[in-house]
Amino acid sequence: MDDSPTLSVVGLTARVADEDIDILKGVDLSVRPGETHAVMGPNGSGKSTLAKVIAGHPGYETTGGSVAFQGQDLLDMEPDERAQAGVFMAFQYPVEIPGVSIANFLRTALQARLADGEELDLFDFQDLLLERMALLDMDSSFAQRHVNEGFSGGEKKRNEILQMAMLKPALAVMDETDSGLDIDALKVVAHGVNTLKAERPDMSVLLITHYQRILDHVTPDVVHVMVDGAIVQSGGPEVALALEAQGYEEYRSAAAAR
Amino acid sequence: MPQNEVVQGLELDDYKYGFVTDSEPVFRTQPGLSADVVRQISARKDEPNWVLERRLKALDIYDSKPMPNWGGDLSDLQATLDETYFYVKPQEQMERSWDDVPDNIKETFERLGIPEAERKMLAGVGAQYDSEMVYHSLKEEWEAKGVVFDSIEDGLKNRPELFRKHFGTVIPAADNKFAALNSAVWSGGSFVYIPPGVRLETPLQAYFRVNQERLGQFERTLIIAGEGSRAHYIEGCTAPVYSTDSFHSGVIEIIVERDAFFRYTTIQNWSNNMYNLVTQRALVHQGGHMEWLDGNLGSKLTMKYPSCYLMGEGAHGDILSIAYAGDGQHQDTGGKVVHVAPNTSSSIVSKSISKGTGRASYRGLCKVYDGASNAKSNVECDALLINDTSRTDTFPYIEIDEKNASVGHEATVSKVGDEQLFYLMSRGMDEAEAMALVVRGFIEPIAKELPLEYAVELNRLIELEMEGSVG
Repeated sequence: MDDSPTLSVVGLTARVADEDIDILKGVDLSVRPGETHAVMGPNGSGKSTLAKVIAGHPGYETTGGSVAFQGQDLLDMEPDERAQAGVFMAFQYPVEIPGVSIANFLRTALQARLADGEELDLFDFQDLLLERMALLDMDSSFAQRHVNEGFSGGEKKRNEILQMAMLKPALAVMDETDSGLDIDALKVVAHGVNTLKAERPDMSVLLITHYQRILDHVTPDVVHVMVDGAIVQSGGPEVALALEAQGYEEYRSAAAAR
Repeated sequence: MPQNEVVQGLELDDYKYGFVTDSEPVFRTQPGLSADVVRQISARKDEPNWVLERRLKALDIYDSKPMPNWGGDLSDLQATLDETYFYVKPQEQMERSWDDVPDNIKETFERLGIPEAERKMLAGVGAQYDSEMVYHSLKEEWEAKGVVFDSIEDGLKNRPELFRKHFGTVIPAADNKFAALNSAVWSGGSFVYIPPGVRLETPLQAYFRVNQERLGQFERTLIIAGEGSRAHYIEGCTAPVYSTDSFHSGVIEIIVERDAFFRYTTIQNWSNNMYNLVTQRALVHQGGHMEWLDGNLGSKLTMKYPSCYLMGEGAHGDILSIAYAGDGQHQDTGGKVVHVAPNTSSSIVSKSISKGTGRASYRGLCKVYDGASNAKSNVECDALLINDTSRTDTFPYIEIDEKNASVGHEATVSKVGDEQLFYLMSRGMDEAEAMALVVRGFIEPIAKELPLEYAVELNRLIELEMEGSVG
């Protein structure tokens, strides 16, 4: 297995576009192929900003540092180029696209990956879609629904997982995918991630979360604690358990003293 | 990529119908409008005297009515009309076979896909070129069942009683200034009669082409759908791109008899130098069902509000409309439903997309007369804005004189959201593809009602943005 990192974040600083203060104040992170990293932190720690900056959200600007994905400078790429290179972000709040079926949406996304003049074979697409849905124990009628329109929280997350399964990324960034989910929906997300990881062991996962509970279902290799825009501690799964017991308070006071 | 580049890409400016055919008309009136021009048109058509008298009376009404100032900008229209040819006759006579249509005109329609459309199992095809229908045909099986699908002139010649009984009864000359103008100088258009109980399984299609520069096209269509009949009529419109403005003002009158169903589909894709001011109205009798499916994509200014007058108990009217206003275009469209009888119901669904400096206005009227008890009407209009410079307005008028009626109105305005674009781009679509997908989704409820070839055409127009817009 190639040991060079899938994702390498060095000294990253970033802020909301047109604002004066950095939210990310120097983030360092390295995720190797096949690794699952959890980034945990309290509200306002910047963990969600990190996910959005990696995906290229236009509402944020980077002010320093670098982000490399498989050796490419991600910060120099448009969001669609990042996606085509193999970065996928599961949204915390997936957006409604009225009138567009999930199947049509996925077909357009896959077609966009082909070279000019190349046409996606519709039968191959249909086969892939059915196969992926079966893998995730989803009913095939789900693909006929309009993207996120009138979906419950759980259905939205299910849709994110289906997209991830179809697009087969090298790096999946799960942006608080577990927040606001009941335990059954949480298990759906965890089952999806685990199934896709089992299928493609080289896939790296960056799991952004406030709570420890999803880590009962998806086992991380590394847990990072993020407070006030920087990673203050990294370690194994035991870090998450300690957090669960003690809360973020200790880290907060340490950050305040910095 | 800056938003503007993408938006440029969304321009539907790759107007593939903008070509000019080199054809010499056999006759045309001098530019401008006068009683003499009206007499010349009538004489060319060898009309009975009552028709000429009606035309002249309509001209007086036209002259007496002020230019409407409540809708789109018509301030330059009079100057345009002074230079307009009100009647241009392209060939000696209407043909029943494509082989007899002059080559250059035939090639024009072939480029527009008309004979091809005919082969695709249409019940009948009509084609108007400038001021006259140049071709009309109806499949024999329908002719044998008594269906009439003809030019309006042949309708007058061959069915004089039916013509006189209904002509101008749905839309009298005094209805509005442009209905009066059409009633004075009408030429071309279809005459359709569906006998009671006859159900056409495939649509009738008419195609309207303006070729001559500075032309005014004034087609007049009269449709009588007999009791219990069922039919679908489709019209498509295109014109070359000229630096001068052209003018199109049609009048479409439809009578839906008891328990009949009639659907009228328009895909208007005029070039952006066209004023398109059209009056379309259906009288719907007891248990009848009228459906307007109205697509306005082209023109400089369109003012068009298809109407259903629900005259008989249980009559139903549907108006589905979609408008696209690109740079410099104003689509002032919507619908009118008038409930006259009890237990009548209607629905208006209007969707508009404004891009660049385009402006889409929804203008609608729902009127319920006293006595139309248990009338139900629902209006839904949704506007999608692509840019900060795009504009949309809503002018819903509701007049209810009946206590026992239920009328609903819902309007939404949305912008293609940055979060939507980011979501789609994060799945690998570029900004233009993402924009096209959002727009396609927005119009999906109406696009799915369109005949397949028009739905494909609509999608093609929207997807044009992909070409050359990815920087």
